[in-house]
Amino acid sequence: MEESKDRAIKKILPGHGSGGKLMNDMISVMIKEILGKDSIQIDDSAVLDIASGKIAFTTDSYTVTPIFFPGGDIGKLAVNGTVNDLAVMGAVPAFLSCSLILEEGFDFESFEKILISMRDAAGEAGVKIVTGDTKVVPNGKGDKIYINTSGIGIFKNEVQRREIKKGDKIIVSGTLGDHGITIMSLRNDLRFSSDLKSDCAPLNGLISEVIAKYPESIKFMRDATRGGLASVLNEITAGKDYSAGITEDDIPVSEEVKGICNLLGLDPLYVANEGKVVIIASPEDADGIVNVMKSNQYGKDSAIIGEIDSLYPGKVYIKTFIGGKRLLPLLIEEQLPRIC
Amino acid sequence: MDRELVKKLADVLKNRKLPEEVRIMEVCGTHTAEFFRTGVKDLFPENLILIDGPGCPVCVTPNSYLDLVIEIAKKYNAILATFGDMIKVPSSYSSLAKEKADGMDIRIVYSPLDALRMAEENPDREIIFLSVGFETTAPAEAIIIMEAEKKGLTNFSILSCNKLTPPAVDALLSADEVRIDGFIIPGHVSTITGREPWNFIADKYGKPGVISGFEAHDLITGVLALLDLLEKREAVVTNEYKTAVREKGNPNALKIIDTVFEICPAEWRGLGEIPGSGLRIRDEYSRFDAKKKFPATPPPVKEHAGCRCGDLLRGIITPPECPLFDKVCSPENAVGPCMVSSEGPCSAYYKYWRR
Repeated sequence: MEESKDRAIKKILPGHGSGGKLMNDMISVMIKEILGKDSIQIDDSAVLDIASGKIAFTTDSYTVTPIFFPGGDIGKLAVNGTVNDLAVMGAVPAFLSCSLILEEGFDFESFEKILISMRDAAGEAGVKIVTGDTKVVPNGKGDKIYINTSGIGIFKNEVQRREIKKGDKIIVSGTLGDHGITIMSLRNDLRFSSDLKSDCAPLNGLISEVIAKYPESIKFMRDATRGGLASVLNEITAGKDYSAGITEDDIPVSEEVKGICNLLGLDPLYVANEGKVVIIASPEDADGIVNVMKSNQYGKDSAIIGEIDSLYPGKVYIKTFIGGKRLLPLLIEEQLPRIC
Repeated sequence: MDRELVKKLADVLKNRKLPEEVRIMEVCGTHTAEFFRTGVKDLFPENLILIDGPGCPVCVTPNSYLDLVIEIAKKYNAILATFGDMIKVPSSYSSLAKEKADGMDIRIVYSPLDALRMAEENPDREIIFLSVGFETTAPAEAIIIMEAEKKGLTNFSILSCNKLTPPAVDALLSADEVRIDGFIIPGHVSTITGREPWNFIADKYGKPGVISGFEAHDLITGVLALLDLLEKREAVVTNEYKTAVREKGNPNALKIIDTVFEICPAEWRGLGEIPGSGLRIRDEYSRFDAKKKFPATPPPVKEHAGCRCGDLLRGIITPPECPLFDKVCSPENAVGPCMVSSEGPCSAYYKYWRR
C-alpha cells in the first residue's frame, strides 16, 4: 500500500483529532485509503442506495485488551462483531460505520495494521465501510484505540425470529470459549500452547447458507459473545414456560480450552466467543442445518447440543457426562472484563 | 479415569437401594460445590441426604474477625491484602467492599506471595494479609512469614484466622444436635494432615468416614465406599484418595506450619469457640502478627437478624430452609458469608439447585 504522509510522525498526536490539517491528512490519506477508497464518503453522512423493505441496524463498541491477539485484533473484531449482530437477525450485512477513539501516543504502525485488518475483514464479509469519525483523547485517558462500528443489514428473507417450542433443538457452530480463553491467557501470560487462538470470524456466510436451504426452520439465532453460551440460553428462557437443556458430552470444547478453564476455575460455557452462533431450530430440520453448517469453514465442528423442554421452566440446565443435572444460571458478574 | 467406567459407576450410585434414610456430611466447601457441579448430587438415591458441613473457611470466619480487620485498617491506615472471597462478606456493621468504596486501601491478591511483594514495593506502608484458611493454605502462610523474616521486612504482617478441621468435626459430633451417619472427608486437607487425625470419627463416635477427591469419579467412589461401610456397619475411616493422601500426610508441610504457628482455641461461626481448632503465630514471629502489632478494640459484635449461616454450618438446616435464601439473601446482596464464598453451601444451592 501507499506510504502515508503521517507514517513519518509515528505516533498519534492531539492534532490528529483537532479538525485541522493533521487530522484531514490522516483521514483522507490513510484511513480512507485503507478502509475504502471508493466506499467511504467524506461528507456529514454517507448517502446509501438500498432497495425498499426492512433493514437491520446495530451498533457496538470494541475495547478489547490486548489489541492484538492470536486469531485477530481489535479491528477484525470490530468488523466481525457488528457483521455477526446483523447476520443473526437474518439480515445481509451491507454497510458499516467506523468510529475511532485514539489515545495520544498510539503508534501509527499498530494503527495501520488494525485498519488493514478491518479492510480485510470487511472484504471477507462483503460489507462496505461508508462513514466514520476520529477523535483523539489525551495520553492516559484511553487505552491505545477504541472502535465503534454501526452496521446496516438488508433483509432478503424474513426476520429469523419465530416462536420457540418444546422439542426445538439447540445448535452451536463449533468449539466454545476460544476467544475468551485466548485473551485471558495473554493477559495472565499463560502461553501454554501456540494452537490456542481466537475464533473471531464473520458468520454471515454460514448463516445465509443455512437460511437459503432452510428459510422457515430457524426460531432464533445469537452469536455467543460476552457471557458465552450459558448467557445466550438464559436470555432465551428468561420468563418463559420452557427450559433449555444441554448435554455436556455433545458440547464442543477444545482440549486446550478445557485444560485452561480447569486450571483457572472457569466454565467454558460462560466464556466469550467471537465467531460462534447459537441456533434454535425445528427438530425435523436440525440435522440438515448442522450438515449445511459443517460444510462452511466456520462451522466445521457444529453440533446439536440440547433441546428446549419443560423440565425447569425459565431456566437453563446441563446434563453432565455422568447423567446428573445442574442449573446454569446467569453469571452475577462477568468472568473477565474488556474481552471485546 | 475412563469416562465410560465413570458412567457405569454413576449408574451404580443412581440405582443403589437404601433400606432407610442415610444422612452423610461433606465437610469440605469444595466438595459442596463439586457435588453439584459434576451432577453427582443429582444422581443420589432419594433417601440419601447430603448435609453441608463447616468446611468453607470464609463461611466459618466469625463477624468478630472482619470487625477487627476493619478497625485495625482504619486506626493504622494499613493496606489490606485479601483473597477476593472475603470482600463481600458482611461484618457486624460493614464489609470490606463497603469500606473499599469509602476509600479504604484494600487489594485483592491471588497468593500470599503477592501480599509479600506488595510490602516490598510499598516500604512506607503497612501491609496486612488476611490469612483465612484451613490446613491446606496454612503452609503457604507460614512460608511467607519465614520469607518476610528472611527479607527483614518490617511493614508486613498477617491477621491469622487459620483453622484446623478435625476439631470442628469433633465439636459437631460431640454437640450431637443433628443425625449424621457418616462423613465424606476433605481430600485436600487430608493431603496435609494424613488419614490418622480423622480416626476419632470411628473410634470416638462409632461412625464411618471416607477421604475423597474432587472429580466426579472420586465423589462417586467416595459415596459408594461410605454406603458400603454403613451397610456393613463398619466404623472405620478409609482413604479413597490414595493418589494424593498418605497415612501420615505431608510431614514437610506439617513441620512448616508448626515452625510458625501454634495451636490455640478458635471461634467458628455457628460452632462457637472450639479448643485446639485454631492456628496463631508463635511468639518468635510475633512481629508479623497483626493482632499484636496493631492493638485495636472493635465495636461489639452484631449478628444479622434472621441469618442462619450458623445453623447451616452445624448441619441443622439446608440453604433452601433458611427463610432469607433467594429472598433477601442472594450473591448480589448477601446477608451471610455462606452466600458469598464460592465454597459456601448457599452459593452452591443458589447457583446450581434453585429449580
